[in-house]
Amino acid sequence: MSLQPTTLEELQEMITANRSLLPVGGGTKPALSAASNGATRLDMSRLSGLIEYEPGEYTFTAYAGTPVRDIVAALAEHGQYLPFDPPLVERGATLGGVVAANTAGSGRYRYGGVRDFIIGVRFVDGRSQLVRGGGKVVKNAAGFDLPKFMVGSAGRFGAFVDLSFKVFPEPRAYVTLKAVFPGLGPALGAISSLFTAPNEMDVLDLEPLADGRFSLIARLGGLSSALPGRIERLQSFLYAKTEAVSHEVIQAEADAALWQQVNAFAWAGDGLCLVKVPISPKRIPLLENVVHGLAPRRRYTAGGNIAWLAVSDIDSLDAVLNTVNLPGVVLFGPPGRPFIGPRPGVSLARRVKQALDPSGKFLEI
Amino acid sequence: MNDQPFFSALQKIYPKDRLLTQGVQLLAYESDALTSFQAKPTAVVIPETQEEAIETVRLCHQFGVPFVARGSGTSLSGGSLPIKDGIVIALNRLNHIKKLDPDQRIAVVEPGVVNLHISQAADRYNLYYAPDPSSQPVCTIGGNVAFNSGGAHCLKYGMTSNHILGLKVVLADGEVVEFGSESLEGVGVGPDLIGLFVGSEGLFGIALEITVRLLPKPELYRTVLAAYNDLETAGNAVAMVVASGLLPGAMEIMDRLAIKAAESGVDAGYPENAAALLIVELEGEAEQVETEFEEIMEVIKESGAYEVRVAKDAEQRLQIWKGRKGAFSSVGRLSPDYIVQDGVVPRSHLGKALAEIDRLSQEYGLDVANVFHAGDGNLHPLILFNGREPGALEHAEELAGKILKMCVDLGGSITGEHGVGMEKRRYMPAMFSEVDLETMKAIRRQIDPKEISNRGKMFPGGEAPALKMTGMHPLEAQGIISRE
Ligand SMILES: Cc1cc2nc3c(=O)[nH]c(=O)nc-3n(C[C@H](O)[C@H](O)[C@H](O)COP(=O)(O)OP(=O)(O)OC[C@H]3O[C@@H](n4cnc5c(N)ncnc54)[C@H](O)[C@@H]3O)c2cc1C
Repeated sequence: MSLQPTTLEELQEMITANRSLLPVGGGTKPALSAASNGATRLDMSRLSGLIEYEPGEYTFTAYAGTPVRDIVAALAEHGQYLPFDPPLVERGATLGGVVAANTAGSGRYRYGGVRDFIIGVRFVDGRSQLVRGGGKVVKNAAGFDLPKFMVGSAGRFGAFVDLSFKVFPEPRAYVTLKAVFPGLGPALGAISSLFTAPNEMDVLDLEPLADGRFSLIARLGGLSSALPGRIERLQSFLYAKTEAVSHEVIQAEADAALWQQVNAFAWAGDGLCLVKVPISPKRIPLLENVVHGLAPRRRYTAGGNIAWLAVSDIDSLDAVLNTVNLPGVVLFGPPGRPFIGPRPGVSLARRVKQALDPSGKFLEI
Repeated sequence: MNDQPFFSALQKIYPKDRLLTQGVQLLAYESDALTSFQAKPTAVVIPETQEEAIETVRLCHQFGVPFVARGSGTSLSGGSLPIKDGIVIALNRLNHIKKLDPDQRIAVVEPGVVNLHISQAADRYNLYYAPDPSSQPVCTIGGNVAFNSGGAHCLKYGMTSNHILGLKVVLADGEVVEFGSESLEGVGVGPDLIGLFVGSEGLFGIALEITVRLLPKPELYRTVLAAYNDLETAGNAVAMVVASGLLPGAMEIMDRLAIKAAESGVDAGYPENAAALLIVELEGEAEQVETEFEEIMEVIKESGAYEVRVAKDAEQRLQIWKGRKGAFSSVGRLSPDYIVQDGVVPRSHLGKALAEIDRLSQEYGLDVANVFHAGDGNLHPLILFNGREPGALEHAEELAGKILKMCVDLGGSITGEHGVGMEKRRYMPAMFSEVDLETMKAIRRQIDPKEISNRGKMFPGGEAPALKMTGMHPLEAQGIISRE
């Protein structure tokens, strides 16, 4: 079954009259948005549109069903952007879906993820009440930080009506540098050297290559006149301080095209499940050991702090993640069981669930 | 308190020197940096291990005894004010940096670690902990977590919450939960529990272990000090910098009175006769900063500044910051008492907000010094008064209230970083609906069913309480706090 509210009042009525609801945006992350086991889809796409955007203020408020594509376009007109780099923009990801799934792309390395830019939320909870948390200004310490809490909440606590964000000026130009390392150890060594170096990067991705080597992909953004010098400096750093064996500089359209593909998870190919696993760089060797047979394609973003695993079998990955004690969330894959591996802190999440949705209008957390 | 069994249980955990019950011993804990509120706790306990803290919380829950966690007691909103018939859990001895890993740019620390000590420990790896409240030489990371504290350099990299990756907490009913990780992604899977806990003002329980992210120290700072003939022009300069598309690490304004205070307090050596000073600081990779610097100087030149100074070295930079960072304490020299507010307005309304504060200051006949985080619209009006004059505090409080209402009316917030605490409880309904507040309370009750953790803070009481130094404080009337 599927419901499609067009107004706030309709949304409230639908929540009152139904249960086992799953709010859905653009459906670009099917493991989170396809309804299974008798769940009812709550299609939020009609509550859409930019409500408020004051370029001088670097903040906006939009209905949760707004396609991120529209927001990106509106911001770009004023040289602004979403620094957390939400993925699947071209496929139709909505703002609400990005928050509920907590998806941030490679660009989150520099300034942070969804949680670091959301400033306000209005949602209808399981008691059909319209609740607001946060506000519309970039700094605000009043009340519990419900906007942040909602990041990653997967529609388990209510349906978002609208969301407020702060944004940043977009770097005026970008250049990408791709360096190849003989193996994982040297590549991770390079990441740790870069961590304490003065070089600033917008992206720092790690990609396993078919032959067992790894490439490190750094994207630098900033003022065009400073970029050539900065990229040269990064090159010299890599050759002087790390075991880089070769490199390639990617600019202009090629740079834009590369990151558009990464944004669409093109590297993951078709037909595989896609899972996000927060990790720290030092645990990557452990994960690589246990998943390389299971996950034919992998990518690490945010300087080795997020693993994206394309796997064929979620159950086996679940088991493996439990053995290495790393939680994961499924984006592409069979619906109904998005959270795999251990669930740290879930007892606290359940207490909040009890407050916001005591009668289980939304799915279990 | 006649809770003998509770006390006997505490005595089993703590030796005499870490279980304080005598009047003089308790004196230091009676208030925080908002000194117009005072309350005497029944006891202060000083745990030295996480287990002791956990045991204490469990006992409090079992016996229904309210508690207040306390770091260094520098809260400006009455957050660490003790509760009548309750105990204070002083966390200063839980002050170990348990791990500092430069390869992953993280540190794992206990709550009593002083903010600045993290940066000092990370310094040899060329790393630092970014959020820099002016109180950073004394305030603790536990207090920072409770209040989501900010500082002058939070424009680019955010407040405390943006730098916390993992937490181990004991909830108010004694359950110990851990969430987040050593990953930059923090919680990353499921709702952001770190986001929920940070800024909860001690209402959920006590943070016992905190994983923070560290940043590489900026290679280059470019610090510019610009002097203006009036405050509004300085405010407009901020809007111009923001509109230029550059992203400074800090943008701060001080007005005439604040400058005067800084001069008399710390000999800042600022340009003479300035009605307003703007500090803009760029930070980051040298080549990028140098290029940005050229652009920002163009903007500042256009902004109507009558004098512009650029720090030539680290020493001159510190000199510029010395006056700003010492402004609060310097204001103390100009006036026997002051209250500080920290409302937020949308940045494009800064000029309007400052003009309105000026008008209110004249209407109330009270001096107001402004020294604030201009880049994010976070005002810090310091309202000067003489507490010995009858009615003066109430008068100043009324003015403060008007300023907060103005912030809300302009689409802002009643607090940017100091928190609601005890002081701003009654202004919460100006920002949040009854449903919003009820929902927050419902969450709190699920986590703290007996409402023992920092009872009485953040949410408005049954009647609107007012700050009063004369007569009985409304909170005393409600039996929440008391004076002796
Ligand atoms: C001169 C001066 C300048 C200041 N400048 C700034 C500034 O620039 N920016 C800013 O944001 N603030 C500023 N402050 C306010 C204050 O320093 C901060 O709020 C700080 O975070 C408080 O830390 P503390 O250790 O003193 O906490 P305390 O005052 O002891 O406690 C604050 C709150 O935290 C709770 N708490 C403490 N430890 C824990 C814990 N482990 N777990 C859960 N709850 C806990 C307490 O119960 C209380 O509610 C300033 C204060 C002063 C006096």
